Amino acid sequence: MASNSSSSSAQQRLRIIAGHLQKRPEDEHASVAAQECKAETPRSNPSSAAPVPKRRQEIMKWNGWGYSDSRFLFNKKGQAEFTGKRYRLSGLILPSLKDWFEGTFGANLQHKSPATPTVNLSAVAPPNLNEPFIEDLKAAGVAASHDPEDRVFRAHGHCLHEIFALREGRIGRVPDMVVWPSCHSDVEKIVELACKHNVCLIPYGGGTSVSSALECPHEETRSIVSLDTSQMNRILWIDEKNLTAHVEAGIIGQDLERQLNEHGYCTGHEPDSMEFSSLGGWVATRASGMKKNIYGNIEDLVVHIKMVTPRGVIEKSCLGPRMSTGPDIHHFILGSEGTLGVVTEVTMKIRPIPEYQKYGSVVFPNFQQGVACLREVARQRCAPASIRLMDNEQFQFGHALKPQVSSIFMSFLDGLKKFYITKFKGFDPHHLCVATLLFEGDRGKVLQHEKQVYDIAAKFGGLAAGEDNGQRGYMLTFVIAYLRDLGMDYYVIGESFETSVPWDRVLDLCRNVKERIVRECKERGVQFPPLSTCRVTQTYDAGACVYFYFAFNYRGLSDPVHVYEQVEHAAREEILANGGSLSHHHGVGKLRKEWMKESVSGVGLGMLKSVKEYVDPQNIFGNRNLL
Amino acid sequence: MLKKRDDFEDILEERRRSSDLRYALRCYTPTLYRGLVPCKASMLKSIVLQSDHLQYVIKQVSSESGESTEGVSEEASLILDEMAHCLQLSTIRFFAFTLSKAFKRLFRSVCVNEEGIQRLQQAVQEHPVVLLPSHRSYMDFLMMSYLLYTYDLPLPVIAAGMDFMSMKFVGEMLRMSGAFFIRRSFGGDKLYWAVFSEYVKTMLRNGYAPIEFFLEGTRSRTCKSLTPKTGLLNIVMEPFFKGELFDVNLVPVSISYERILEESLYARELLGIPKPKESTSGLLKARRVLSEDYGSMYVYFGHPVSVRSLAEGKINRSQYNLLPRYIPQKPSADTHEFLSDAAFRLVRIQEENMVLKPWVLIATLLLQNPDGLDLSSLAEQTDWLRHLALAFGAFLDWPDHEACSEVVSCSLALHRHLLSVSAGHVQLSVTDVPQVETTPEEAVFHQAVVVLSCASYRNQILHVFLRPALLAMAMQSANSNRKDDVYNGFNFLRKVFSNEFILCPGDSVQDFEEACYLLMKRGVLQVLEHEIVMSASGHSTLAFLSSVLDPFLQGYQVVCRYLCEETNENLTEKEFIPAVRSFALKLILAGNTCYEALSSDLQKNALAAFLRLKAVRKLCLFTFLFLCHTGGKIPTQKPILARL
Repeated sequence: MASNSSSSSAQQRLRIIAGHLQKRPEDEHASVAAQECKAETPRSNPSSAAPVPKRRQEIMKWNGWGYSDSRFLFNKKGQAEFTGKRYRLSGLILPSLKDWFEGTFGANLQHKSPATPTVNLSAVAPPNLNEPFIEDLKAAGVAASHDPEDRVFRAHGHCLHEIFALREGRIGRVPDMVVWPSCHSDVEKIVELACKHNVCLIPYGGGTSVSSALECPHEETRSIVSLDTSQMNRILWIDEKNLTAHVEAGIIGQDLERQLNEHGYCTGHEPDSMEFSSLGGWVATRASGMKKNIYGNIEDLVVHIKMVTPRGVIEKSCLGPRMSTGPDIHHFILGSEGTLGVVTEVTMKIRPIPEYQKYGSVVFPNFQQGVACLREVARQRCAPASIRLMDNEQFQFGHALKPQVSSIFMSFLDGLKKFYITKFKGFDPHHLCVATLLFEGDRGKVLQHEKQVYDIAAKFGGLAAGEDNGQRGYMLTFVIAYLRDLGMDYYVIGESFETSVPWDRVLDLCRNVKERIVRECKERGVQFPPLSTCRVTQTYDAGACVYFYFAFNYRGLSDPVHVYEQVEHAAREEILANGGSLSHHHGVGKLRKEWMKESVSGVGLGMLKSVKEYVDPQNIFGNRNLL
Repeated sequence: MLKKRDDFEDILEERRRSSDLRYALRCYTPTLYRGLVPCKASMLKSIVLQSDHLQYVIKQVSSESGESTEGVSEEASLILDEMAHCLQLSTIRFFAFTLSKAFKRLFRSVCVNEEGIQRLQQAVQEHPVVLLPSHRSYMDFLMMSYLLYTYDLPLPVIAAGMDFMSMKFVGEMLRMSGAFFIRRSFGGDKLYWAVFSEYVKTMLRNGYAPIEFFLEGTRSRTCKSLTPKTGLLNIVMEPFFKGELFDVNLVPVSISYERILEESLYARELLGIPKPKESTSGLLKARRVLSEDYGSMYVYFGHPVSVRSLAEGKINRSQYNLLPRYIPQKPSADTHEFLSDAAFRLVRIQEENMVLKPWVLIATLLLQNPDGLDLSSLAEQTDWLRHLALAFGAFLDWPDHEACSEVVSCSLALHRHLLSVSAGHVQLSVTDVPQVETTPEEAVFHQAVVVLSCASYRNQILHVFLRPALLAMAMQSANSNRKDDVYNGFNFLRKVFSNEFILCPGDSVQDFEEACYLLMKRGVLQVLEHEIVMSASGHSTLAFLSSVLDPFLQGYQVVCRYLCEETNENLTEKEFIPAVRSFALKLILAGNTCYEALSSDLQKNALAAFLRLKAVRKLCLFTFLFLCHTGGKIPTQKPILARL
């Protein structure tokens, strides 16, 4: 196997060269943590970081993703930059983004489609209040508001159509009031009163839903109350003997992680939305985290769940790690999408913070080879904490997000790498793709593990491409949602969707879905070719999770959102026809309800319905998701 | 109704002007499929043998038969060796040279629709392509490869019957020009099927080359399209069903000949004079063929049909989700129905795009007038028929700016061997009368050869007249003018003749409406809400239309009578054709039926139809029981037969 040995030795050479050139102090590796990619609170006083305020609109955008101070924009010189101070990318210039943006979408910086700057409060319908409910609530001492801004903020998730409408200043049905329970017993009171006064409750955690799960049903005539769990955000106890923590379900991912870190622990659950999404939301949607290969998905992480339903509280009687007591009642709760009750407290597994973390990346000559490598890694069950494979389009996208290089030397190095890969190794820049890796654990094992994975990669023609590329890949997942807002300023709309699929179908599914998107766009009059790209984000024994990004320039279309929805619908049909699942972790919500029966069979759907009927006969939890 | 069709270009024109050798050696750079996985013919074999699908079947067969897997693998490898093509450009160049010479001698022109070629060029790049030519002559696939070479398109690999392979040298030549050989029947042979289907699918998936096969399965001896087979169609569609390909483009190709090379050969075969086994020496003897004039040849490349859009809403692809894709799966009932429907539709596209020459009209008229016609009246009737055919959407190639009589005499000249012309009177007849004394039976056979040859031209236009003719016949036999009565008669005839003609199953209402529409447009009928009324001027058209189908009805009647009158209880399949033939011969000698009743094709179709309609029952493999008096359908048929 001459080619293997030559490529692995070449790889080694590359690594050595890179090592010499970067001259990074060894121990800095340890501090390169995943959290560095997402927004950080100032280092000086980590423990005093403020939790999510009741008036979220004070720090977060009302009509876009994330923090108000962080956004992409094209400055006067036409260069892209990212504002604010929260992210590694903040304050940096991204010189190649403009060209990529204009080239990919046929967009033009002269053609702007700005958003309505502020909420048009007169467009918000007056609240339909249930006075007796409010009175009883007041007596119970639960915080509440029917301020229009509070209500508008909780009327949507982050689906394209939701954000698009807000940007245009269109506001549909919004909750009639917001309540902020501060503990489990508050929730019990609220649910009891809601049942008593026949009020519709919609639980609201981080508000990051992308399945129309938070949309108020149009047909709902009762008063709709948004139950905001953000004030239930305490870690109630940490059990170091059993490595568990008991946490209130309203806590958001980054706060949970940061607070556990202070005790030397972590949950390791890091969904891409972890800056904003909540523990309760994870449970309610069957969330999946980037590092599930080590820590597991949410269903593997929970030991105990407490949920308040109209029938009362559901929970198990002990903290045993596994039970054979009939079907696991947790699985009625996991993925119930707020249709059965409110998750209030969760006991979760915790792990000591890993001693060492290391990013990495591998370049493959093409996507097929990349998938074959991931499959082999999964077969050998040696997946790192995270391993993701981007296709060529996404690789180029990632490149467009490279910040301005600080020195000539670095740019020389970049040129050298590019030359080596494309000219010396003969990779076609229009076919190559890159896998990003994250290793975690104790140092020795990480290095050993790293070698094992790189050796497998070499068998599939993969070349190690450095830690920077890897880290930038993960950063992308945190800023991509901000990028959508930038696109929307210039007539570009887009979204992501995901699926899970058996290994043997991964390639076919990726190709067919991407092609279907391109074709549907063309048929529906989209003037410019869309961006249709995917990546394999999770590996399992029997298959993988695939994530698609899809965006297009909508100039010339009279109803772009409708076109977008039709294309997304077609793409989902294509996924299902190619053996993909309805959702890997985004959930069903109202967006994908129509396929539920096909997905779980009529009997399956009937089972779920009968549970709903027993638990919530009055349909108090009336968000109409899932069923 | 009249579709805009593309213009033609004669490719021989260029051949007559420039060097064939230079043409054969020119730089050939075909447009390629964008998803092409480059691989050589030899690599193809190993990909197929190592495929999950074949490995699975090998293990299965080995465990069922007790043979070792190595043994079964070896067997698979032998099957593949026997089957596989080994396409070589040098052979193609050889053919390009020799065929240029041959075509120039045989044909006045070979006309191709260039727009179709351009569409194909586009289609070839986007998705794997399957070429579906009609099959009337051995020339068909030689011509296809020749054309694709000429237009710088990728050369196809062609599914050919095993009988070719027995032709020593030629078999290998064909193999090197892209033919792969399949056994005519391998129904139960799992291993064979697996090797075969995997071989075809691999070539399709990798975009190795366009796959070419004949939907009709074999050459049509009658020039009518044959009921399509769905086996290969299923194989080429499955990669789409299973998500292995985004789409597959099916390109129906209609090849028509002004004069068919095998003309009298086919007629003799239909009359039971056995077909000579394909052999190289036979081919050499056929050199005589080269000295004759076969007029023009037309190749029409139809619009590519996307399997994806065909299957839209009809095939639920998720039915393939629950079984690993390498495990062979019998097509579900839905899929089966879809395949058959698609196959029929594709054959109908072939029919519609088939170019018809004036001779086809003349042949139709001459067959209807066994005593012959005066030239002037023939010209007049031909002109009338031409307008009728055009109104019904026929793709007629009628020379511009030429008097009808001129066109007629040109056609007669080309087909003079079927005719006798004396003193301005034209008649179908035997031209080269044998010297020796002939028995009346022999004379009948000689005349039948001429009639069946001529019928093969009339048959080319049948698809144009078929639906209105069925309606005309239904009207004649219906008890009233009521629409339902007429429809019932129409539907019954449609059922009886669905082995004979291309009638898409399940399309009876559409066909009926189409027939009504065409005849109404022509002013023959008035279709009221509940009634269908013949117009005063419609008589001649209706009479013409029903006599188009008359020979078939008579033929079916002969088979019917034979079954009723002549047979004892049990009849074996083998005996059937000769027995019906001699029965028909007797009737012809007595002047009771037409020559076409002698056609074995018609006899087989009739039997198949009676079987399907449960008027006849198959007892065991070779014996039939005729249920004339108990069969449910026959009483309905009798009045119709009696009426005519």
